[in-house]
Amino acid sequence: MQTTSRVVHNKVGLHARPAALFVQAAMAHQSKITVIKDGKSGNAKSIIGILALCVNQDDTITIQADGPDEIKALATLVELIENNFGEPV
Amino acid sequence: MSETAFQGIAASDGIAIGPVFFYRPFKLEIPVRTAGSVRDETLRFEQACRQAEQELDVLKEDVLCRCDPETAAIFDAHKMMVADPMLHESIQVRLSKGLTIEAAVFEASQELAAMLEGMENELFAARAMDMRDVGRRLLRILLGVQDRSADALGCPSVIVAYDLTPSDTASFRPEWTLGFCTAGGGLTSHAAILARTLGLPAVVGLGKEAVDRIPDGVTLVLDGTKGRVVMNPDDATMTRYAKARKKASARLESIRADSSKDSYTADGQRVEVGANIGDAESAREAVRFGAEGVGLLRTEFLYLQNTRPPTEEQQVSAYRQVFEAMDGLPVILRTLDIGGDKPPSYLKFGAELNPFLGWRAIRISLDNQPLFKTQLRSILRAAVGHRALIMYPMISSVEELKAANALLEEVRTALDAEGIEYAHEVPVGIMVETPAAAMMADALARECDFFSLGTNDLTQYTLAVDRTNERVAPLFQPLHPAVLRLIQKTIDAAHQQGRWVGMCGELAGMPKAIPILLGLGLDEFSMAPHSIPEAKWLIGQFTHARAREIAVQALSQATATEIENLMEGVLEQLSEALS
Repeated sequence: MQTTSRVVHNKVGLHARPAALFVQAAMAHQSKITVIKDGKSGNAKSIIGILALCVNQDDTITIQADGPDEIKALATLVELIENNFGEPV
Repeated sequence: MSETAFQGIAASDGIAIGPVFFYRPFKLEIPVRTAGSVRDETLRFEQACRQAEQELDVLKEDVLCRCDPETAAIFDAHKMMVADPMLHESIQVRLSKGLTIEAAVFEASQELAAMLEGMENELFAARAMDMRDVGRRLLRILLGVQDRSADALGCPSVIVAYDLTPSDTASFRPEWTLGFCTAGGGLTSHAAILARTLGLPAVVGLGKEAVDRIPDGVTLVLDGTKGRVVMNPDDATMTRYAKARKKASARLESIRADSSKDSYTADGQRVEVGANIGDAESAREAVRFGAEGVGLLRTEFLYLQNTRPPTEEQQVSAYRQVFEAMDGLPVILRTLDIGGDKPPSYLKFGAELNPFLGWRAIRISLDNQPLFKTQLRSILRAAVGHRALIMYPMISSVEELKAANALLEEVRTALDAEGIEYAHEVPVGIMVETPAAAMMADALARECDFFSLGTNDLTQYTLAVDRTNERVAPLFQPLHPAVLRLIQKTIDAAHQQGRWVGMCGELAGMPKAIPILLGLGLDEFSMAPHSIPEAKWLIGQFTHARAREIAVQALSQATATEIENLMEGVLEQLSEALS
């Protein structure tokens, strides 16, 4: 299992389009992926689960991936967060 | 049956007359039956999911053809919800307890929607509605019911409904939709927004009792300007509205055709009409609607979308794009106007009990001199060869204005020393949006070139009404005599010092306010681009003397309601004189 933490910097946090992009990226992987914020966890492949975590700008989230492509899954999701979901920096 | 009238909220301008199409989403009736095996029920669910995805693809294509990418994105979100593992898990748990798939879908979607509704963030109310929408779609497919909304609408009709979801509104054929009218909803409901986008009249918030009395097929007159709905109109009413509709559409055409001309009062006095914009894209829109300049360029977009403040080069290029889009017309740039209600991540705000009275606008700029000076440098550099004006927001004292001007002077000196090219003739003005600035207008006018009245904040600060608090929304009255007296005081003081006064608050585009403002001597009106044609037309209907009379009368009233009534009378007289 792989684990890492990141601060979400983009304006709306994990809502709206960034949430959809995050879930789509998670769904492209076989591993079981979990997002944890403030002790609450959600399935990264569930748009409802991600929305329910209520991740806002500057919140820190922990991502856990467990499965055959866990390293690539984590790298993809981290890249998405660090690129601000493609929004201009 | 006799004529019956109902009053709702005016959500989108215009008049529609036609038969009622009563849109009733099908009833969610869960069939009473014994569940099959978990495997059989799951199989039916998977088929329903595939059909739902196909339907959503078709809906999405439809709205994309109508150039509405925002609504199209909603259907992408719905597709993700159809495939959502949380929904599927919740349904599996229920199937294993022996529920039918219909009952399982219903319960699971309601449960997830309720969970989203319980979150403390307004964004979630819309997502909860999406979840219910998805649940209903799946259930309808499982029950084998056709989606009646799209097909049953067989002729041009006025759509009446309790409420409309995004799926509902997108499924109506626009050429057969004359207008919308709903029991629930406010100005920001889906039905209201869609109606305004399509340019269709709409009345919302009629109430359930009223809507229940409107049967399918009955003739309805819908007045989206006044928020009125008349069922079974008699001949006199019908003739009156048919005439009004014809006149309104003819007038709209002619004022749109005229809006490219410069604006003059009926006796030939020049009054400038400009646009409030936020970027180069809206600048192009402003020009299309006949803007004679930009009365307010909000520069916040550069500061709020990133995790770092914009660099000098980024700003110079963004401002130049706006200048180029305006093609030689003057542009007033307001310096950074943010506060604790919408803080960018790189400015550390402590918790503020009352951000509107806190650290914001010019107060932040004066405390963050490098940030402010970079913006002033960028404006001066970008303005070379263009007509730019600088405006400071939320000035409440002469010291603040002097301090800002001193920094501007430092920036000029530095640019000179570095040998960098910049615009030397850039007029400097202030927003008058605090009662303090209005009262001290004479002293402030000595330190700057122009004023622009920000009536949204001026109203909020004068009446002590938080404009974001719905509970006190009825107390937010921009036509309050106290606000008008401050406006008068500001204009008079500025004119005595030979300075001109503009207005970039919402009041500048309000037909009820325009004659009063003309009469008070306002020199420039700046508003949302789509309000420009109507405002220019209205300005052309009044001589300066007549406007003065109206202003004197308005300022002698004791309440906002009296002023509103007076102005309704003035506008009605005007439309009668035209017919």
